[in-house]
Amino acid sequence: MAPDKLVYMANQIATFFKSKPHDEGVEGVAGHINDFWEPRMRKQLFDLIADGHDGFDPLVLEAAPSIRKVKETA
Amino acid sequence: MSLIKEVDYGTPAAKSEKTVTLTIDGNDVTVPEGTSVMRASMEAGIQIPKLCASDMVDAFGSCRLCLVEVEGRNGTPSSCTTPAADGMVVKTQTERLKKIRKGVMELYISDHPLDCLTCAANGDCELQDMAGAVGLRDVRYGYDGGNHVKVRDNGEENPRYMAKDETNPYFTYDPSKCIVCSRCVRACEEVQGTFALTIEGRGFESRVSPGMHEDFLDSECVSCGACVQACPTATLQEKSIIEIGQPEHSVVTTCAYCGVGCSFKAEMRGEELVRMVPYKDGKANRGHSCVKGRFAYGYANHKDRILNPMIRESTSDPWQEVSWEEALRYTADKFRAIQAEHGKGAIGGITSSRCTNEETFLVQKLIRAGFGNNNVDTCARVCHSPTGYGLKTTFGTSAGTQDFDSVEHTDVVILIGANPTDGHPVFASRLKKRLREGAKLIVIDPRRIDLVRSPHIEAVAHVALRPGTNVAVLTSLAHVIVTEGLFDEAFVRERCDWDEFQDWAAFVSDPKHSPEAIAEMTGVDPETMRTAARTFATGGNGAIYYGLGVTEHSQGSTTVMAIANLAMATGNLGRPGVGVNPLRGQNNVQGACDMGSFPHELPGYRHIQDSTTRDIFEDIWGVKLDDEPGLRIPNMLDAAVEGTFKGIYIQGEDILQSDPDTKHVAAGLAAMECVVVHDLFLNETANHAHVFLPGSTFLEKDGTFTNAERRINRVRRVMTPLNGFADWEVTQNLARAMGLDWNYTHPSQVMDEIAATTPSFANVDYDLLEREGSVQWPCNDKAPKGTPVMHIDGFVRGKGKFVVTEYVATDERTGPRFPLLLTTGRILTQYNVGAQTRRTENTAWHKEDLLEIHPHDAEQRGVRDGDWIRLASRSGETSLRAKITDRVAPGVVYTTFHHPGTQANVITTDFTDWATNCPEYKVTAVQVSSSNGPSDWQVEYDRQAEQSRRIKPRIDAAE
Repeated sequence: MAPDKLVYMANQIATFFKSKPHDEGVEGVAGHINDFWEPRMRKQLFDLIADGHDGFDPLVLEAAPSIRKVKETA
Repeated sequence: MSLIKEVDYGTPAAKSEKTVTLTIDGNDVTVPEGTSVMRASMEAGIQIPKLCASDMVDAFGSCRLCLVEVEGRNGTPSSCTTPAADGMVVKTQTERLKKIRKGVMELYISDHPLDCLTCAANGDCELQDMAGAVGLRDVRYGYDGGNHVKVRDNGEENPRYMAKDETNPYFTYDPSKCIVCSRCVRACEEVQGTFALTIEGRGFESRVSPGMHEDFLDSECVSCGACVQACPTATLQEKSIIEIGQPEHSVVTTCAYCGVGCSFKAEMRGEELVRMVPYKDGKANRGHSCVKGRFAYGYANHKDRILNPMIRESTSDPWQEVSWEEALRYTADKFRAIQAEHGKGAIGGITSSRCTNEETFLVQKLIRAGFGNNNVDTCARVCHSPTGYGLKTTFGTSAGTQDFDSVEHTDVVILIGANPTDGHPVFASRLKKRLREGAKLIVIDPRRIDLVRSPHIEAVAHVALRPGTNVAVLTSLAHVIVTEGLFDEAFVRERCDWDEFQDWAAFVSDPKHSPEAIAEMTGVDPETMRTAARTFATGGNGAIYYGLGVTEHSQGSTTVMAIANLAMATGNLGRPGVGVNPLRGQNNVQGACDMGSFPHELPGYRHIQDSTTRDIFEDIWGVKLDDEPGLRIPNMLDAAVEGTFKGIYIQGEDILQSDPDTKHVAAGLAAMECVVVHDLFLNETANHAHVFLPGSTFLEKDGTFTNAERRINRVRRVMTPLNGFADWEVTQNLARAMGLDWNYTHPSQVMDEIAATTPSFANVDYDLLEREGSVQWPCNDKAPKGTPVMHIDGFVRGKGKFVVTEYVATDERTGPRFPLLLTTGRILTQYNVGAQTRRTENTAWHKEDLLEIHPHDAEQRGVRDGDWIRLASRSGETSLRAKITDRVAPGVVYTTFHHPGTQANVITTDFTDWATNCPEYKVTAVQVSSSNGPSDWQVEYDRQAEQSRRIKPRIDAAE
């Protein structure tokens, strides 16, 4: 999907979890993306972070290491 | 098979636990205190003659036919108005009673036409039955005197005679046959709650009248059919009975419109449907109906129905009719080719919330087991997916907590973002009944819906908030409840996580959440807010009912959790009369969700990452399941535009019309190589389809629907599918074409598979449904007959979870270019995208979508009532006619989305709920200006739609 839209979606999730205690918020963002994002979307997320996209909410970036990696499949 | 006739006990059941015993015609009868002698007698099997009594309405005592004699009492009291008492000795048949009844009947018949043989009610006329019951053999009065029956034979005018009113498309009113029993008037008041009917005139002049002597169509009548059902004669009569005649057998089935899930008797003559009559033993509707379920079934035989499969290479080609084998083979080959080239995740499907549980289960099974991925979604994505997320997080289960009967025990109702009189009419009638008994109502809605104030109903507070501020309002209600100490501490301590409650309580107590602090942002008077909060917290049993005005926002899931917080804080869970009650939109959208239609969940709301659950299905299905969540509908469309998603099987959903940002949906569909639409009609989505598989109606198949109260109701086949196959058979044939070895011969076998794999359905099978009529899940060894009220001794998840709900304004903002906020909704006579209801006589009421606009905003723009206006947003523009009304506040405009010509979703944006991607239909910044007619987009759309609907008939190749 359009990079901006994906960044927007990730940030929306982060915005909700901001009202949680910090650690719980990081865990919440990662957990939510793990539960609901299809691998293509997670891959795009990782690619955008790797490319240094500057639009991400810091909470998304903090959550990134806990987001499930995408299996290389056919 | 025979015609099902429910017993009419004459008066409603009494609810007292105390019983009384009386003697009727020598039989001892024990009944609850408050039972009428008439009902007690019927329970003993003795039918007392009656005309004005029916157990759907309260006793009236006007017909003077049900008289009885009571030992030790004077006179001959009417049995319908006489309560049974201990030791009472009643005689229902004596010489005196016989004489009186015969005299009364003679008077009735003296002013009634004697065209019984050719009368439409012949075979179903209580007046005729009573004449027979009392032995009426002679009528001494002719028609020469005053009468309402006919014009005078000598050509003189008879001012008392009134011709038939045939304005309502579904029933006629023949005043000459009215016996003034008032059953219709009382049904309209007591059952429907509309108060559209009255008795005009006095004495001999009396007669039924819609409103002030109006036509039925022009009156306030909502055509629910309650009066027709109540009428003992042919005065109010279905036109279908007049045309066809009386039915000879009937089958109980479930309505395929909204999520109330009313039970109906489909009354048949052979395979012809004569009429649909609400079934009194139906536990969702208790014998009531609305205009859609009762009358709007004509689409089932509409000429637009497509009965032959069709394919085409390109969507610019006309359709080519082909055999089922060819269509399925073509689809299977295309899908497999796409997967070979683009990967197994390049295809997916959408289950239908209008189809049965069994059909939905099979579609998701086809996708998971046959396509080998989890790219399955359903229309709940665009309606109640936030309900699933929000209630699962807070309570542990993704569904409403009560049954509809619960409303009979409710003292205060919060109704938020729902318009039940239009969207869920039969529930609205049940709610209004309770409100007339004294329950209080708080309406939270930007628009002044009918329930805010209508005959004998008035909300104590109408919180007319600005669209998009639900979370702020709910948090502020909680602020009042917590800071004024009105919360139920004992409940919270016992049932909920106390630490989480304290965090939440501290959050809501912040002065920035007070009604005064948010007033400017929400547009709500702080006193109204405080009244609402205090009323809810202290008024007794409090229940929250909500609809899509809650979920279809970028904070939809947060709002659902805010609702759950409010219910927990006030202790309003776990007993009759309280609870959190999502009013689900479509007939089986609850079921579709239950059946694993979401891309991250297997049936029973179990996550796809859970290996124990996968094992259960892998064992039975014999395949390895993908453990990654699949694409949701908006994600599928994004992936399609991007080029990684190429094929889709859509059963019974019209995403092009129903989903937001039409241009984006169209672009997604256009980018796919194989779009398969399985539907009754060439819907809007089919404009972009390559394969069309004809669908079957709910009258043509067996199965089950699950309604908003988790009630699993049977759907029963009453006629052969016109297209040749029930939808579950079509899916099975597609699965076989794709190489799956499926051999179901009846939907009951699918239900057995559901029960075997899904704990909340463990004890459900067709035998149980046959015995019980219906059950509410969870239905298992712990609750063998189902669960009317959930979370009775504790929450499904353990402790109830309070969630902090910070208000985040949507990024869809008004500004100089788009200064108004558009919100969308439904209207009574139309349903969803209108594919069904537009193909019925319901168009008599709502031919087109209108834009409601406040007089102030209209005047500023020079818009007059009925003018064509241009409605534009950042996404697109369309044109429709304006309706000037103060139902909407200044700054807010409103429309419905039932007509494809309007294309309301060209306007809506692609903003979605943060948690579930449920679209933000309810808030769009728009501008309104004058217009001469349809926009260029609408003209081009119509042209494309017309071109894409061309059909070439099938040519059988000569061998």
